[in-house]
Amino acid sequence: MVPLVDSTLLRFLTCGSVDDGKSTLIGRLLYDTRAVLDDQMTALEADSARVGTQGSELDFALLVDGLAAEREQGITIDVAYRFFATERRKFIVADTPGHEQYTRNMVTGASTADAAVILVDARKGVLVQTRRHSFLCALLGIRKVALAVNKMDLLGWDKARFEAIAADFAAFAESIGLTSVTPIALSGLTGEGVVAPSPLAGQTLLDWLETVEIDALADGGAFRMPVQWVNRPDSEFRGYAGLIAAGTVRPGDRVRVLPSGRESRVARIVAMPDDLTEARARQAVTLTLTDEIDVSRGDVIASAEDPPAVADQFEATVVWMDEDALSPGRSYLLKTGARTATAQVTTIKHRVNVNTLEKLAATRLELNDIAVCNLSLDRGIAFEPYEVNRDLGGFILIDRITNRTVGAGMIRFALRRADNIHWQAIDVDRDARAAMKGQKGRVVWLTGLSGAGKSTIANLVDRRLHAMGRHTYLLDGDNVRHGLSRDLGFTEEDRVENIRRVAEVARLMADAGLIVITAFISPFRAERRMAREMMAEGEFIEVFVDAPLALAEARDVKGLYAKARAGTLKNFTGIDSPYEAPEQAEIVIDTTTVSAVEAAERIVAGILKT
Amino acid sequence: MITSTSPRLTHLQSLEAEAIHILREVVAEVERPVMLYSIGKDSAVMLHLAKKAFWPGPLPFPLLHVDTTWKFRAMYALRDKVAAAPDVDLKVWINEDARARGINPFDHGSLHTDLWKTEGLKQALDHCGYQAAFGGARRDEEKSRAKERVFSFRAAGHRWDPKTQRPELWRLYNTRIGAGESIRVFPISNWTELDVWQYIEQEGIEIVPLYFARPRPVVERAGTLLMIDDDRMRLLPGEVPQMRSVRFRTLGCYPLSGAIESQAASVGDIIAEMKASTTSERQGRMIDRDQSASMEKKKAEGYF
Repeated sequence: MVPLVDSTLLRFLTCGSVDDGKSTLIGRLLYDTRAVLDDQMTALEADSARVGTQGSELDFALLVDGLAAEREQGITIDVAYRFFATERRKFIVADTPGHEQYTRNMVTGASTADAAVILVDARKGVLVQTRRHSFLCALLGIRKVALAVNKMDLLGWDKARFEAIAADFAAFAESIGLTSVTPIALSGLTGEGVVAPSPLAGQTLLDWLETVEIDALADGGAFRMPVQWVNRPDSEFRGYAGLIAAGTVRPGDRVRVLPSGRESRVARIVAMPDDLTEARARQAVTLTLTDEIDVSRGDVIASAEDPPAVADQFEATVVWMDEDALSPGRSYLLKTGARTATAQVTTIKHRVNVNTLEKLAATRLELNDIAVCNLSLDRGIAFEPYEVNRDLGGFILIDRITNRTVGAGMIRFALRRADNIHWQAIDVDRDARAAMKGQKGRVVWLTGLSGAGKSTIANLVDRRLHAMGRHTYLLDGDNVRHGLSRDLGFTEEDRVENIRRVAEVARLMADAGLIVITAFISPFRAERRMAREMMAEGEFIEVFVDAPLALAEARDVKGLYAKARAGTLKNFTGIDSPYEAPEQAEIVIDTTTVSAVEAAERIVAGILKT
Repeated sequence: MITSTSPRLTHLQSLEAEAIHILREVVAEVERPVMLYSIGKDSAVMLHLAKKAFWPGPLPFPLLHVDTTWKFRAMYALRDKVAAAPDVDLKVWINEDARARGINPFDHGSLHTDLWKTEGLKQALDHCGYQAAFGGARRDEEKSRAKERVFSFRAAGHRWDPKTQRPELWRLYNTRIGAGESIRVFPISNWTELDVWQYIEQEGIEIVPLYFARPRPVVERAGTLLMIDDDRMRLLPGEVPQMRSVRFRTLGCYPLSGAIESQAASVGDIIAEMKASTTSERQGRMIDRDQSASMEKKKAEGYF
């Protein structure tokens, strides 16, 4: 049959296993709509006689099972596309295998389908696999489903059995959001209920396919068009080419460009040979704007009255399609619309058992796993939830090294709006910065009396680590008191504030991936604890440089003890201000028995061990 | 100005939009694309779609004709006309090795196609370093094409490995390739032969006149009608050319292209004839009948 020029296009998916008679059903549809031509028929007759399973009858399954060659060559059983047409519609059938190990293939086929035909064997009713197929259809946003109850001829067209299966399925379907299910009794083998009328009367499968409403969600919504390509043949013309993802557009419409937020009006809808006065969802067009504003590939031009949101963190359902597992934290390329961003799965919230719909814990995703995840992108993107718009809510993940398409996802919602967030803070985190330096951020906090040898030891540690290629920084009284804490004196309050400042700076530096060495008396346990609590677990290494007061005072390199004893220097630790010795220091250096060089070696070893 | 009042896109509008989207995606993401141009009706449709996709600008890629030197004269005439347009950069590649060896369709069987077409194509793509080549292949043509991706990845050496093809979801095409790799891209994958004809009629696309029935000198050989297009045609003993009203459903090297008897002198007539048609278009292509699964084999070797 020949479609009329104004007929529409329906893409549908068939779900079922070989046992359900899927190939036979598709073969029957092709045959009865005269999509099978003479030379193909000749081959079919020969194949049926040779390897057919229907005796002297034609085996329609052989029309679609190109699988013999696939098995011989070990090719992955894949999505095959078939074509047929009636006067009312042209059809593209995505034919996918139904077994669980082919979940990725079914998801691929479903991603472009407007409708689905879910097969069940009338003798077996609704099975685990029926539920799996239904769940995947619902997940990919297919709302129109025909439940094809096949092999009814083997049950003598038992109406009660058919209705029981339909009722059983309807209850389940509703629970997963499939609200438009049409049960159809048929026999792929005899053709009854497919194109020819069924003994139970009612709609045939072809009737349903010809009349089922194609999901109009995208047509009704506000205008959105991802900019696919900027057309600049000369300096005079600047057009934005793209496929309209939703809504309609007319010259004069006020539009907003996202994520920049700049606004303009549509000047022309440029087309060959003549401009259009209107264009709508799923048309590929070229727009010009009245203002010269910056628009690039990947931006979204949208209705200014009702623009989509922009966000950089999402909850999404991810289908993993690669042999190499997905690990949270690894970065992938994410492509959605015409935009490619860098993305990482930050959290796997739960995996879904596709057979039982149970939520399971998971730390990684293997091939064919489906999971609800949080994703973080390196930039804000204009988006819609997948259930609102497939083009603005569906994405693929690409491995940056192998270039393979490793996953697909559907945005559920944004975790936060990106408008006022500094996205830099999200992706390049402390681990990433430290990893670039091949080390871990650390704060080595030396504490002890004045003259205990902290600065000497700290300098040795700094030099030793530097020589080993580590990125370090030494904070001590000399470089802090002259700048950062220039306004502070030596009262107890000021000393606390000084330590707070030092701890904050050390924290930032450790966050930047540096190994920070501090050498301050820092006499109070509370401040040292405060500093410890600012850092991540295991990052703070307290070193007690233990020297008896008498020994420190005897050394008195800077002559401070003498001034304190003379009363010219107030609040001097050990003299008229207490020193609270650490109780749980990670490293204790007894300066009465250990040299400064030995002390430094022990500290370096302690740092590198953790 | 045209206003569409229909509430739905027609099937041709849907297919056209899909093809234009694919063409633009490649131009936006891939360096050095090229469009294979074989002068047939599918190439004519592809060229028309490309003009629409990049209008009002010129085509942002060259056309490439891999010439076997054995095409119909009427095909060369149309090719030269297309190449004369100011916005079109048409390159012709001839496999000089095949020419030097005198490879021809009469003496060399499938070697003729292997060397002139498959090897010629690989030479041309390598020579110019094209990273993506548009082809007019359709999924309805042949069983092994039914599973072909729109973006078909070729390893270095142009080999097609069915096991490493990427999943294609929604309208999202992963165009990333490594060094030495290339992509064959098929924008009209989802079109059928009938869609092509309906689109040619709707858009008024110029095609080679050989598609329309006209009295032509032919001989019948092994159930196929072959046209005597020039004096290189070798007649077998007893063969006498006769004038019959014939047309071609596909065009290639003239000694390998089978004609069908027909009275269809316009696109409308052809579509009407197709309603009653009972054979697939590949029946006229002698290349596919050499060996079973020959298309699959040719693809693995680098044929588009």
